[in-house]
Amino acid sequence: MKQLEYAFMAKLAIHIKEQLRKGVKKPYKTIIDVSFGDPHKAGVKPLTFARQVIAACTYPKLMNSDKLPLDAKQRAQWLLDRCPGQSVGSYTATAGIPETVHKISAFITRRDGGAPSDPKNIFITAGSQWALMNILNVLVNKQASPRTGVLTPAPGHDKAVLSIVGMGGETIPYYLTEEQGWALQVEELQRALDSAQGVCKPVALYVINPGNPAGHVQSRKSIQEVIRFVSEKRLFLLADEVYQDCVQGENTEFVSYKRVLNEMGPPFSETVELASFHSVSKSVMGECGLRCGYVELVNVDPAVMKHIFTLFSKGSCSPVLGQIALDVMINPPQPGDPSYTLYNQETQHIRDMLIQNAKRVYEVVNSLPGLSCQPVDGGAFAFPRVFLPPKAIKKAKDLGMEPDTFYSVRLLEEAGVFVRPGCGYKQKKDTYHIRFCIMTPRDMMDELLGRLTSFHRKFMMDFA
Amino acid sequence: MNHGTALLWKRRALSSLSATRRGLPKEKMTENGVMSRAKVLTIDTMNPTVKKVEYAVRGPIVQRAVELERELSEGMKKPFAEVIRANIGDAHAMGQQPITFFRQVLALCSYPELLSDNTFPEDAKSRACRILQSCGGNSLGAYSASQGIDSVRHDVARYIERRDGGVPCDPDDIYLTTGASDGIVTMLKLLVCGEGAGRTGVMISIPQYPLYSAALAELGAVQINYYLNEEKCWSLDISELQRALDEARRYCNPRALCIINPGNPTGQVQSRECIEDVIRFAAKERLFLMADEVYQDNVYADGCQFHSFKKVLFEMGPEYSETVELASFHSTSKCYMGECGFRGGYMEIINMDEEVKAQLTKLLSVRLCPPVPGQALMDLVVNPPRPGEPSYDSFIKERTATLSALAEKAKLTEQVLNTVQGISCNPVQGAMYSFPRITIPDKAINEATDQGQLPDMFYCMKMLEETGICLVPGSGFGQKDGTYHFRMTILPPRDKLKILLNKVKEFHQKFTQQYS
Repeated sequence: MKQLEYAFMAKLAIHIKEQLRKGVKKPYKTIIDVSFGDPHKAGVKPLTFARQVIAACTYPKLMNSDKLPLDAKQRAQWLLDRCPGQSVGSYTATAGIPETVHKISAFITRRDGGAPSDPKNIFITAGSQWALMNILNVLVNKQASPRTGVLTPAPGHDKAVLSIVGMGGETIPYYLTEEQGWALQVEELQRALDSAQGVCKPVALYVINPGNPAGHVQSRKSIQEVIRFVSEKRLFLLADEVYQDCVQGENTEFVSYKRVLNEMGPPFSETVELASFHSVSKSVMGECGLRCGYVELVNVDPAVMKHIFTLFSKGSCSPVLGQIALDVMINPPQPGDPSYTLYNQETQHIRDMLIQNAKRVYEVVNSLPGLSCQPVDGGAFAFPRVFLPPKAIKKAKDLGMEPDTFYSVRLLEEAGVFVRPGCGYKQKKDTYHIRFCIMTPRDMMDELLGRLTSFHRKFMMDFA
Repeated sequence: MNHGTALLWKRRALSSLSATRRGLPKEKMTENGVMSRAKVLTIDTMNPTVKKVEYAVRGPIVQRAVELERELSEGMKKPFAEVIRANIGDAHAMGQQPITFFRQVLALCSYPELLSDNTFPEDAKSRACRILQSCGGNSLGAYSASQGIDSVRHDVARYIERRDGGVPCDPDDIYLTTGASDGIVTMLKLLVCGEGAGRTGVMISIPQYPLYSAALAELGAVQINYYLNEEKCWSLDISELQRALDEARRYCNPRALCIINPGNPTGQVQSRECIEDVIRFAAKERLFLMADEVYQDNVYADGCQFHSFKKVLFEMGPEYSETVELASFHSTSKCYMGECGFRGGYMEIINMDEEVKAQLTKLLSVRLCPPVPGQALMDLVVNPPRPGEPSYDSFIKERTATLSALAEKAKLTEQVLNTVQGISCNPVQGAMYSFPRITIPDKAINEATDQGQLPDMFYCMKMLEETGICLVPGSGFGQKDGTYHFRMTILPPRDKLKILLNKVKEFHQKFTQQYS
């Protein structure tokens, strides 16, 4: 159903773009498409150093060019030396370029205050969802009766849900608490687990931190509670941490599940089975199209690891240009390197942009009657709640649409802003939301908020 | 506490546990009576079908090769100076050069500042601009539509029309994929359903490329083997297809027929007649046809020609072209490009039910989109430089050189291997591999069995340890019972290949002698 709704809106957006192209008069000149977490599409520029390295690796004649800084050329040469035949057209090892895998484990250890990380437990994959699908494939037994269950966040993006259901498993939603900034409450995890009794057999808990679509960042305490919960209830922990680089909230800090697990010490650190995911798509790199991420597995049975390796191996390897971007992401230019200043400037600019956008969205949306927005402390999206008047809800139902789809369609048609309706993310019954990406240039966000404001006021008046 | 009280206590304690807890594997008692914690995910609790998945091309022998490489680099003495990875169809790893034009365009797409660099030809620059314009935010880093970039799909459709002598191709039938493997696995996911005797059966050639067997094992589908005829240069007999199908109907529901043409590992290029026969067979038996055509430019033998299933299907007229359901697969990994690391590919789907297409769209959306650089590369492959364009001459030169080198190596391989007593190699008509049959002495077979190894794995492992040459045993691809083979790529540069082939010859003679 959700797929069809998005497809319908995407078609509508294409239709409107065509009309605009043909000169049909509308209250806007272009569509602002914030339906995906795609910063480049929104106009955010790729990081120069990463692209220079990729270009030199792709066309090694550029090593002689003075157009590229020395450190970019050196990095490219270093990477090419580790590709068979010195070509990015070769397959790499199944788990990725081995030296890059080692760098990832060093990155994880640095990030996690010294917590050790074993390169043997790290796989580079064609995106985090690809990795998640492979891990789910090992966990979910299609033939099982009762069916395998996975606890999934609500609201939560639908990719994992689609994978789980597609594999013959069941999702067990646990609701985040909107009024508390979308916090994850352990009591709710328990309620969800209890609801699974007699329905399915829960084997895993999937968390997204920072959240998607909800922009919360879990506190250390919350993460500890979740770890204790999975330990006690014997669940495999799947931690989707692809937005770890996007933390906007004041006094907010991302701390990884791995780090907390390690800090909690035995028995947890030695027994809780954990898979954590990261990606080049969602960091300030925003390289969604290159399709690359990694998974780190902790405390997984070595006999099972062998099978996980085989599963990954039949996909051959991750796209090599993506692996190069990943290498840069986890091991960027350092102070003193020729490209350091620019790299730092560009990443800081994007982070500032995110912080400003998150602030602006919070202010503007909360100033509008009928809309409310929790602080967007992390992640790439805002997920404001829309308090739809009964008249609007009825109109939606008459049209055979979900109420927030109706609102989103109107927003697209009348204001040229393409968001996604909350019904695609499993929200609490009779609540309505919209999701839009905040990883956009500042002026685009200002334009968006301006259009949203005018549209929303009119909408609420029309359906008063 | 007396026995009765203890039992009561236990019963009460258990009843307070959730059903979930009670159902899970018990904690293990170690020898000293301390509870040791069993994992959630174990061999027993994991998805059983995953346990059956094997992928020989990257399997145990390759892992051993990696170890040997490491030992060599650490200075350990070996009877060889380097490990040769003749196990995998990776042309660049063996020294094949990429097509300059392709890499120029991709570099320009990656870092558009280079558009002001005069060392790049004009046609490369205009291609790069055209590709970037079709990307969100003019960046290779934006997601594309999950079916793939529109303009690339249109270009693929036009390529197919040109290739197939004008047979029309609808861009909506084109899906860009992450290598051909992604498309193949996705199609199999769509096709496999049912339980017990109604479980989907999928016909696959023996020998086959082990992605198919791995995917079928993972999906819990029934693999229906049809044997290619080694004595007739690995050709396909319809009677064998019929035999396999009729037998399979007793215990499963056959729904699909997979064919790899040119073949992997066998290298045979099917005749047009054979392709027509297969289409008629699929039509008659109502099977979904999956045509893996990733080696379509790799045709070497005189008298052999690549005929696409799509073209033949349409030339057979509406009785077939409007009914037979066909998916054909292509990739940027093979042919003359050899760009495995870009993970580019496409599939063309003919006559698929609209509702199933909707399900396909849903399946594809989970992995978001195929890698955009791979899509850009596919665009260049289907739309290469044209006569008159600045890069045309060098493109043709490079492509011709690569393909003719491969043709030469195919011939050389067949020649040398056939001089060895106990090795017999069919002509390598196409693709990138030789799949010779080897005679293994009984003594060796026994020793292998004693060690719990398949005879051809035993043979290949010995070859690896003694010569550093890594091949894949025929058991990884499937073969007739009692026969043994290995798959070796024809990819190393000619001079190196000659040396390799002679080493293989020496090894085989020594091995045969040793186990006589």
